[in-house]
Amino acid sequence: MRTTRRTFVQAALAATAAATLLPISLHAQQKPPARRRIPSTGEEIPIVGLGSWITFNVGDDPVLRDECTDVMAAFFEAGGRMIDSSPMYGSSQPVIGYGLQKLGRPSALFSAEKVWTSSAAAGPPQIEQSRRFWGVPKFDLVQVHNLLTWKAHLQTLFQMKAAGTLRYVGITTSEGRRHDLLEQIMRNEPIDFVQFSYNVVDREAEARLLPLATERGIAVIVNRPFRQGALTNRLKNAPLPEWAIELGVSSWAQLMLKFILSHPAVTVAIPATTRVEHVRENLAAAAGPMPDPAMRERISAHVKAL
Amino acid sequence: MSEWWTYRAVNFLLFSPRVYWRMFELHNAALWPLHVLTLAAGLIIILLIAWRPGTGARWIAFILAISWIFVGWSFLWNRYATINWAVAYVAPAFVVEGVLLLILSLLDGLAFDRRGPAGWIGYLILAFALAGQPLLAPLQGRGWASSEVFGIAPDPTAIATLGLLLLARGRLLPVLLPIPVLWCLLSGMTLRTMGEPQAWAPLAALALAAAGWIWTIIRQRGSWPVA
Repeated sequence: MRTTRRTFVQAALAATAAATLLPISLHAQQKPPARRRIPSTGEEIPIVGLGSWITFNVGDDPVLRDECTDVMAAFFEAGGRMIDSSPMYGSSQPVIGYGLQKLGRPSALFSAEKVWTSSAAAGPPQIEQSRRFWGVPKFDLVQVHNLLTWKAHLQTLFQMKAAGTLRYVGITTSEGRRHDLLEQIMRNEPIDFVQFSYNVVDREAEARLLPLATERGIAVIVNRPFRQGALTNRLKNAPLPEWAIELGVSSWAQLMLKFILSHPAVTVAIPATTRVEHVRENLAAAAGPMPDPAMRERISAHVKAL
Repeated sequence: MSEWWTYRAVNFLLFSPRVYWRMFELHNAALWPLHVLTLAAGLIIILLIAWRPGTGARWIAFILAISWIFVGWSFLWNRYATINWAVAYVAPAFVVEGVLLLILSLLDGLAFDRRGPAGWIGYLILAFALAGQPLLAPLQGRGWASSEVFGIAPDPTAIATLGLLLLARGRLLPVLLPIPVLWCLLSGMTLRTMGEPQAWAPLAALALAAAGWIWTIIRQRGSWPVA
C-alpha cells in the first residue's frame, strides 16, 4: 500500500489513540473486586474499601488534594465503593469532598463516617458538619469512633437511621483496644457494622470478635490491614514466597490483604494509600483466588518469621 | 482517653512528613519576601543586645511579641491547624506569649544585658535560630523552599526566644519561659515521631538553654552571701 501523507497522519493518529487508551483498557480488564453481603440488609459491597487516616490529611495543598482525587478516581474506576473517614483525621473530610466534587459525585460511593466527640450534644452538629464536608445528601454509614461516648452517640445514630437520614450504624476501635467492651456492644446493640484492626500478625479478633460478628449478623470493616504501612515496609526487601504465586498476587500487600479478605466474617478491608498504583493493586487483591485455611496459616507464619 | 497507656506518640501523628514539609513550602511562597524583613528584625535584635542592651530592650520585646503573634496567627492557626486539629489549641498560646512580651515591652520590664557563659549560650542559640535553622531544609535535601525562618515559622521563633531569655534579666522573666519551652518539646517530639533527623534542633536548643539557666541559678546561689 502506498503511504500518502493522509494515510500516514491517519495511522499516526490511530497509533496515538491506541497508546493513549492502552492503560485504560488494561485497567478495564482488571477483574472486578469480589463482593460480600452486609448482613442486616443483604446489600452487596466490594470487599476492599479506601481508608483516609493520614493519607488524605493534606490540608489546603492544591497539588496534594489533586493527588488524593487521582487515588479516589482510580479507586472508583477499579470498582471500589466504600471510603472511610473521621472528624479526627484532620482535613481528610474536606479533601474527600473536594475529590468527590471533582469526580462528579460518583454514584458508586458508599460513605462511611464517624462521630468523634466526648459530648453527646455535640454529636449531631458534628455529623452535619462532616456531611457538609463530604457534600453528600446523607451518609451510608456513621460509626462511633473508638467507642467514645458510645451510648449517647449510638442512640443518636439509631434515631437518624429510624428517621431515614442514615442507612447503617456502626462502632469502631483499633489496635486491639477495648475488645471486651466492643464484644458487649456487639451482643447487646442492634448495630449494622463493627470496625476493628485485623491483619496477618494481629489476629486476636479471630478468637471472639469475628465469630461473634457472624453469629450476630454484623458486617465487619477491617482497619490497619498493613499496620499503617509498618508491615509492608518491613517486608519490602523480602522476596515473595513462590507458593504465593498460585494466589495470583504480585506484592506483599496483596498477599496480606488476601489473608484478611479470605476470612469469611470480614466484609470490607480499608487500606489507605496516597498512590494510584497501590489502590489498583489493593482492589486487584479483592479478585481471583483466595487462600484456604491452611494457606492462611502458612501466610501468617511466614510473615511472622520474617 | 481509655487504655491511655496503650497509646504511643505515633498514634497522635495525623499527617505524613511530605505534607508537613510542603506546608512550609506553601507558607514561604505565600509570604515571600516577608522573610527579608523578619530576618532583618532578628539582626536588629542582635545589634540592640550588643549595643543598647538596656535602652533597646523595649524594642527587642516588641519585635519578639509581633513575631509570636504573627506566627501564631499566620502559620499555626491558618495553616498547621488544617492538618493537626490539636494546633488550634496551641495557636492561642503563641498569641498569649506575644501579649506577655508586649506588656513587658510597655512596662520596660526586661533588660538584655546578661553576659558570661549563660549569655554566650544565649547568643549561640539566637544565632542558630536566625542563621542555622533556615539551612536545615537545603542541608537535608528538601531545598530552600521549605526553610524555616525566624518570624515566619514557629521553631526558629521559639528557639530565638529561648536564646534571648538567656540574655535577659527581669522580674517577670519566668512567665515568658513555659510557652517556648513547651513548643520546643512538642515540635521535637513531632519531628522525632515523623523520623526526621532535625528533631534534634529544638531539643538541643532546649537542652542548651536549660544548661544556661542551671548555670545561672547555681552561680546566683553561690554568690548569694557575697551579694
